[in-house]
Amino acid sequence: MSNWEAVIGLEIHVQLKTRTKMFCRCPNGFGGEPNTQTCPVCLAFPGALPVANRRAVEECIKLGLALDCEIAERAVFHRKNYFYPDLPKAYQISQYDEPLCARGKLAVPTENGDITVGITRAHLEEDAAKNVHVAASGRIHGATATLVDFNRGGTPLVEIVTEPDLHDAESAKRFLQLLRQTVVELDLSDAELEKGSMRFDVNVSVRPAGSDELRTRTELKNMNSFNFAAKGIEREIARQIRVYEQGGIVEQETLHFDPAHEESPPMRSKEEAQDYRYFPDPDLVPVHPPVDVVERLRGEIGELPGARIKRIADTLSFYDADVLVTGGLDRLWADVVAAGAEPKEAANVLANQFVATGIAPSAVNAAELAKLVSARAEIPRAAFDEALAKTGDAGFTAAPYLEQKVVGDAAELDPIIERIIDANPGQAEQFRGGKQGLLGFFVGQVMKETGGKADPRVVNERVREKLRA
Amino acid sequence: MIDTLRLTAEEAWRLVDGREISGAELFAAYAGREDDLHAYLHRCDDPGGDGIPIAIKDVIGTKGVPTTAGSKILEGYVPVFDSTVASRCKQRGLRLLGKTNTDEFAMGSSTENSAFGPSRNPWDPTRVPGGSGGGSAAAVTGGLAPWALGSDTGGSIKQPSALCGNVGLRPTYGTVSRYGVVAFASSLDQVGPVAKTVRDCAFLYSIIAGRDENDSTTVEVPTVELPGAEDLTGVRIGVPKEMNEAEGIEPGVSAAVRRAIELAESLGAEVGECSLPRSVEYGVACYYLVAPAEASSNLGRYDGVRYGLRSDAADFREMLMQTRHDGFGDEPKRRIMIGTYALSSGYYDAYYGTAQKVRTVIRREHADVFESFDLIVSPTSPTVAFKIGEKVDNPLAMYLNDLLTIPSCMAGLPGLNIPCGLSEGLPVGLQLIGPQFSENTLFRAGHALERALGFDSVPERLR
Amino acid sequence: MAGISRDEVLHVARLARLELTDEEVGRFQEQLSEIIEAISKVSQLDLSDVPPTAHPLEIANTWAEDEPRPSLTLDEVFANAPDRDDGYFRVPPA
Repeated sequence: MSNWEAVIGLEIHVQLKTRTKMFCRCPNGFGGEPNTQTCPVCLAFPGALPVANRRAVEECIKLGLALDCEIAERAVFHRKNYFYPDLPKAYQISQYDEPLCARGKLAVPTENGDITVGITRAHLEEDAAKNVHVAASGRIHGATATLVDFNRGGTPLVEIVTEPDLHDAESAKRFLQLLRQTVVELDLSDAELEKGSMRFDVNVSVRPAGSDELRTRTELKNMNSFNFAAKGIEREIARQIRVYEQGGIVEQETLHFDPAHEESPPMRSKEEAQDYRYFPDPDLVPVHPPVDVVERLRGEIGELPGARIKRIADTLSFYDADVLVTGGLDRLWADVVAAGAEPKEAANVLANQFVATGIAPSAVNAAELAKLVSARAEIPRAAFDEALAKTGDAGFTAAPYLEQKVVGDAAELDPIIERIIDANPGQAEQFRGGKQGLLGFFVGQVMKETGGKADPRVVNERVREKLRA
Repeated sequence: MIDTLRLTAEEAWRLVDGREISGAELFAAYAGREDDLHAYLHRCDDPGGDGIPIAIKDVIGTKGVPTTAGSKILEGYVPVFDSTVASRCKQRGLRLLGKTNTDEFAMGSSTENSAFGPSRNPWDPTRVPGGSGGGSAAAVTGGLAPWALGSDTGGSIKQPSALCGNVGLRPTYGTVSRYGVVAFASSLDQVGPVAKTVRDCAFLYSIIAGRDENDSTTVEVPTVELPGAEDLTGVRIGVPKEMNEAEGIEPGVSAAVRRAIELAESLGAEVGECSLPRSVEYGVACYYLVAPAEASSNLGRYDGVRYGLRSDAADFREMLMQTRHDGFGDEPKRRIMIGTYALSSGYYDAYYGTAQKVRTVIRREHADVFESFDLIVSPTSPTVAFKIGEKVDNPLAMYLNDLLTIPSCMAGLPGLNIPCGLSEGLPVGLQLIGPQFSENTLFRAGHALERALGFDSVPERLR
Repeated sequence: MAGISRDEVLHVARLARLELTDEEVGRFQEQLSEIIEAISKVSQLDLSDVPPTAHPLEIANTWAEDEPRPSLTLDEVFANAPDRDDGYFRVPPA
């Protein structure tokens, strides 16, 4: 393994959540009945013309700024020509050699310092529509048809291309998580992998460690979770190394992980390798981002996730800081700590238990959550979980749950323990005779008697003590 | 009795306005005339109202009225939305007489590339009316419409107007919306008016011109002034020698144009020689790279999925290829292939990329000339109307017919055709070209010349 | 002479998704060769310092505000459709 180095580059598509599509004013969003969010432009009726969405242009610039890109003085939309049922004009409006944003970087913090990933470009384009491949309803067995819904066609996308600066699957995954969090925080996209509002392709190649050659790469497409991606990358790296070590050659190919989600142009036979015939779209005019707009957008960007991870890692472990920030939990964490919770305890609750509830951090009253976190050790586990699950409810208060604090006071427990030992002389005798396993029986009886409110640690200790007597 | 051969739109407007005739009578006068020129692909019923009737080229989308662009691939296609120009005409009360014939997707110079058969020249029905907008030009001269809309990519308004003996304006690129107009070459296509007089032409232009929020490439335009002056005092007219002495210009055409230039001088114009060597030498080559490249992309949408022809096939790709084979005629096929070739990997720089630079050269050369001149003149077409069938088997010869109209189109400049005389009994067109947004200058000069020339726009055989 | 071979005609036609009959391939090869030879003339000029013109108008930044407008009705969407399946356009399998 150590004789080889992996080289990984990423290409990420993020759907912007503008109100309207990129080049027409049809609503942009999920959920409409098929083809109800379409117009002459996104159906490519003869004569229809695209008009760029100002907000989409600004959002792309904003993302470019967050990725430390240079914003072009002049950007141009190009046509990328290919045929497919989900591409009604037979070209996608995209950007080619004059993208809006280029030459940026995103630093991914790690315990051992930053991994800086170069951003080659971040540009605007339009999404394709959706093909549904179905079996025919007719009687001809095996016949199929393709159904097309143009609602998604024309949704604004930002395409982000990285330099091949990543060298292992875990870093690639961390980069993607950080990028996702950045996009979500800037409120540019839902960036939900399951919905397809964030998608990515991974280019993987390997080379002998220490060399700087670039070998044939393969492209991994359509991976719909970060963990899945990490596993896929690991597997592909291992495969390529195996191929080389067995004296073979890695072929350039595209590996689809989920054919049901295939949305890219179909694979072509070699004789007509992809030739997109890019040229400037004459229906659109260049974008010259005005300086005042760029500066306004720059001013709207707050402290970015990468910086916050580093700041929070001063207080918590790096791992906790990373989980909190990329999970979108760090602001709530800070509020909960400010309201009096112990930082590490708060991080544990948020990163492990709270995140599993699926509650939006913004819906939570931090002061009430802080009370809950501070009392965690004293509340029965079930009650704590129940409370946590309700922290997103309007008007949630911790008070009813705090009343269920566990009984850990020996003076309160001792009479109960004594009563139970007296009621079970046979078991007590056996325990004293060496049957240590019976301790659990007594503890269980006490817990039952106290309705689960007794602190098991204290009960354990007191039962042992009393039986010894 | 309404004499549709002579009545101008301006006179018609006055008659209707003064209640001397009704809008219905006016419409019926045109609609009732037999279309023995095959000017129309589709004629409409009177939509009512008091406005002036109008004919619209079939590449221009009209809601609820078939719009085929002269192609079998769009046979039966009925738009569900109006083009901006059709909508502006409607808002001004103009009533649609019908959709006029065109070379398929406006690709041609004779209407012989129409999938539905050629139109005929009103002066001589054995000859072409020019193209691609031959239907609109034939309709206006043939008394089938008082005025019309055409579209011009490399001469498709000016050249048919020349061959039919009427007035046609190709406006400055960006002054008239292309929204809803079936695209041929987006960086060149412009809609413009065809009429019997320069004043009608100017008036129709004022109706359709102006920024449209649905077309990103449109701009606000200067207020249109209806021309009235009958002199050319102070107007500096350049005569580019390459455009007036080009090989292939018929002697009769040259003579008529020369007389018009002399007349301009006598009206007070300052006439001088100028030169556009590279624009003329390389214009056609440049055009036949840029326009097909854009067309190859623009015509990709005819895929049998959402509208238009669909041929039967077992899978999508086969359906697509067969549909496009069956639906497109030879000329679109040729241009799609040339354009695809010019944009394809390995050829882009040599062809499309180079053509874009030549386009810069052409723009600069014209800009230099307009440092010294207000407008330039030349024949619109090197020849008068040719015989139907004469050039159909030689695409390249057909392309060269656009030699004189193409350069200014590449530069995005406005051009006006006015008839300036006859050669062999057929109309000769004079082309006036000005800098960007100089339509008012063209109207002024065109109007003064038109008055002085006194050309009778009614074909001799119909008088 | 900058001609175009039979294979190139077929390649370009495939890229453009145009089926051609054998007769058409032959005819277009001849015509396109002649046309391409004529348009190759553009390469004669020295254009080393000349920027390209993509567009005759030098304007920039025309856009629309992000305000939704009504979409078409399904009747309008499918008014000219060769085939449909409920709310979808239907095509042979892709």
